[in-house]
Amino acid sequence: MAGRVDALYIFLLIVCGMVTLLIFLCLAYFAARFRHRPGVRAEQIEGSTALEITWSAIPFVIFMVIFAWGAVVYFKERTPPADATEVYVVAKQWMWKLEHAEGQREINELHVPVGRDVKLIMTSQDVIHSFYIPAFRIKQDVLPGRYTVEWFRATKPGVYHLFCAEYCGTQHSGMVGSIIVQEPAQYEAWMNGGSTGPLSVSGEKMFAELGCSTCHRNDAQGRGPNLKGVFGKPVQLEDGRTVTADENYLRECILDPGAKRVKGFQPIMPTFQGLVSEEQVNALVAYIKSISAAKTGDSAKTSASAAPQARVQPDGSQVQ
Amino acid sequence: MSMEIAIPQPVERENYLNKEYGVWSWLLTTDHKRIALLYLISITFFFFIGGFFALLIRLELLTPAGDLVQADTYNKLFSMHGIVMIFFFLVPSIPAVLGNFLVPLMIGAKDLAFPRINLLSWYLYIIGGAMMVHCMLTGGVDTGWTFYAPFSTNFSNTKVVEAALAVFVAGFSSILTGLNFVVTIHRMRAPGLTWSRLPLFIWAHYATSIIQLLGTPVLAITLTLVAAERALHLGIFDPKLGGDPVLFQHLFWFYSHPAVYIMILPAMGVISEIIACFSRKRIFGYSFVAFSSIAIAVFGFLVWAHHMFVAGTSVYAALVFSLLSYAVAVPSAIKVFNWTATLYKGSIHYDAPMLYAFGFLGLFTIGGLTGLFLAALGIDVHVTDTYFVVAHFHYIMVGGAVMGYLGGMHFWWPKISGRLYPEGWARLAALIVFVGFNLTFFPQFLLGYLGMPRRYYDYSHMPEFQVLNVLSTAGATVLGVGYLLPMVYFLWSMRYGKPASDNPWNAAGLEWKTASPPPTFNFDEEPVVTWEAYNYEELDAPHKEEVPVAR
Repeated sequence: MAGRVDALYIFLLIVCGMVTLLIFLCLAYFAARFRHRPGVRAEQIEGSTALEITWSAIPFVIFMVIFAWGAVVYFKERTPPADATEVYVVAKQWMWKLEHAEGQREINELHVPVGRDVKLIMTSQDVIHSFYIPAFRIKQDVLPGRYTVEWFRATKPGVYHLFCAEYCGTQHSGMVGSIIVQEPAQYEAWMNGGSTGPLSVSGEKMFAELGCSTCHRNDAQGRGPNLKGVFGKPVQLEDGRTVTADENYLRECILDPGAKRVKGFQPIMPTFQGLVSEEQVNALVAYIKSISAAKTGDSAKTSASAAPQARVQPDGSQVQ
Repeated sequence: MSMEIAIPQPVERENYLNKEYGVWSWLLTTDHKRIALLYLISITFFFFIGGFFALLIRLELLTPAGDLVQADTYNKLFSMHGIVMIFFFLVPSIPAVLGNFLVPLMIGAKDLAFPRINLLSWYLYIIGGAMMVHCMLTGGVDTGWTFYAPFSTNFSNTKVVEAALAVFVAGFSSILTGLNFVVTIHRMRAPGLTWSRLPLFIWAHYATSIIQLLGTPVLAITLTLVAAERALHLGIFDPKLGGDPVLFQHLFWFYSHPAVYIMILPAMGVISEIIACFSRKRIFGYSFVAFSSIAIAVFGFLVWAHHMFVAGTSVYAALVFSLLSYAVAVPSAIKVFNWTATLYKGSIHYDAPMLYAFGFLGLFTIGGLTGLFLAALGIDVHVTDTYFVVAHFHYIMVGGAVMGYLGGMHFWWPKISGRLYPEGWARLAALIVFVGFNLTFFPQFLLGYLGMPRRYYDYSHMPEFQVLNVLSTAGATVLGVGYLLPMVYFLWSMRYGKPASDNPWNAAGLEWKTASPPPTFNFDEEPVVTWEAYNYEELDAPHKEEVPVAR
């Protein structure tokens, strides 16, 4: 990513450098050549439409090239690969809490292996922060109340700066850390020390403890939708809209269940706002994702048939 | 300060300065020229407060450790530096001082359309300013000038509501000035002064006024919502109550991006006047320069979300706003090319105003071109919220707008005060400002691309950034001297400067066809205009009247 950004940056430096040089040379030449001399009067020139069009059109074409190039780089920056390793990030005044899908937890440090795509699923516990790794040329604001996503692939082992780039109060400049990029072997060794088990497993435990599993059953008989296989699929809502069940949707359903209720279900789910921490929401989301991803092949079909939208009859009558 | 003018000769023509004396003749005046001077004194006061904060910021950043002030103090310093400089200096600077003084003079009117509203707008500014001073003296505010929610609404323990209300009140001053200019320019032009004969200064102020009228109310609404959310917990921006903090950013930048054009367009107007006068030529491509001001005002309203490319908006929204940002760059480029072309085959004089104009061209070009970097989506992700952005907008708003303001102050000082400023000192000051400015802000472009985030009080985790920070701080002290000098010699010239003739530069424009300083109602007879703007073919070179004119 850094290479792509730098290439565009260097292109811009060259183009803008040449334009600056052109303007400054013209200014300097005109200033010297046409300085006031006694007896020589200025020549009044009205203007030139041809020139105006030229110096509007040429910059415009250059601008469009820069725009398109910038947009391509941005699209790559904003589109995480599907198979990226996932790390959940919770920002708070003034620290970064990171949790690997495998269950490793870190504060203000993130260990990643060289050459692997890493996707950060980020939220904030309080104000807006911004997860900035200058060496990778990436930055994404971290918002309270929803997830934002950022991804990178480190290509060289080393320790890189991690900064909070959105002003967040007293210790904003202390909200810094390191990205530690390791060779795969070293990374595995680090990974094997002191894990509390995968995030999805703690999520599964919580799913039972919080009583989620009493309604969200593994069959079609629950009072809430069966969650198997819903992740990444379209969901029909009570108000007629269709949304994709991504991380943000799952999160919203936990914290504000009434907002986007699945078609065919009663508004009986209580809100978990204030009852679960950001880390616990992350674990729950990780668990729900795991029961969608783990079962592949033919079992995906069965889970899809058990998915909530299948329970609604074509005439709109509900199976309750 | 204006009341201390000595009378050099026993018999002096009656003018707006000597017509009446006494405090009330100033505080209750409806003369646009006196109100301009009231503004001049007040914004100069705030400029030096804001400058003092800037100096403390730069001193703190001299060393990587946070050792001069405490973290909270530093956060208040950069917040109040921004609020004071933007809302209490830059936004009113050229329009409320030079615009107030010159708009009626340039169009041959006796005063603005609504003289009492003009005075009201100064009082609103003073009330807002007094609230801001009170806020600063009793604890200050630490949200940044951007007031981002939910930090400002739910987390900051400082005087956010008071600061927001101060800006709210000052905003109405800006709205009323804009309203006054729009009506005045439409209704009060002298006979024969058609739109195509208007000085470009007037076109620029017309465009600025439109932005002030349409944009400032949105800022007022936004700040009201912040205050209400803070006091009543409405849940507009607070996600815990179903609000959206990104909504705040949309509302805020809907005003605050066009506000950049409130600051730079009037400076562009000033530069057009100066370049025409000191190259003794009409402006190349007059109508393109005039309409590019209007184009900037219109497009300026459509680019706000380019401040939010990493804020969590959709990829497609970002695409649209990036594209539109390049569209607004075209009229700015047109202006720079036309000014450069105006010099061609001119007869160029290097008086202080022209040196400031050259400074403006250099700094605005760099500021504008680095804007192209920020509008490029892929690069913005890396450099937004770093010192790259800080450097970019200072090149536009200080390098551009303040250079224009100082250039204009020198150009029209003989008209305003009736005195000539010391030319040698003024040229020296222009040079010091230019050098000091570049030394302060150019290193910040490098810091930004290397990844130093803005609003960092302590950079002991990245001591590699110290060298560039030291350069920047050194530049700031040079720049400070450059800004103090004009204030000293302008004050000096009010007592000791040579009396100015009516038209010391032999400049075109109606404001030079009346006395210096002008009488209270500007013109003894209503002028009738039969010529185009910048009819320099009919005017001799300046400097023929170094000796004081007979009165």
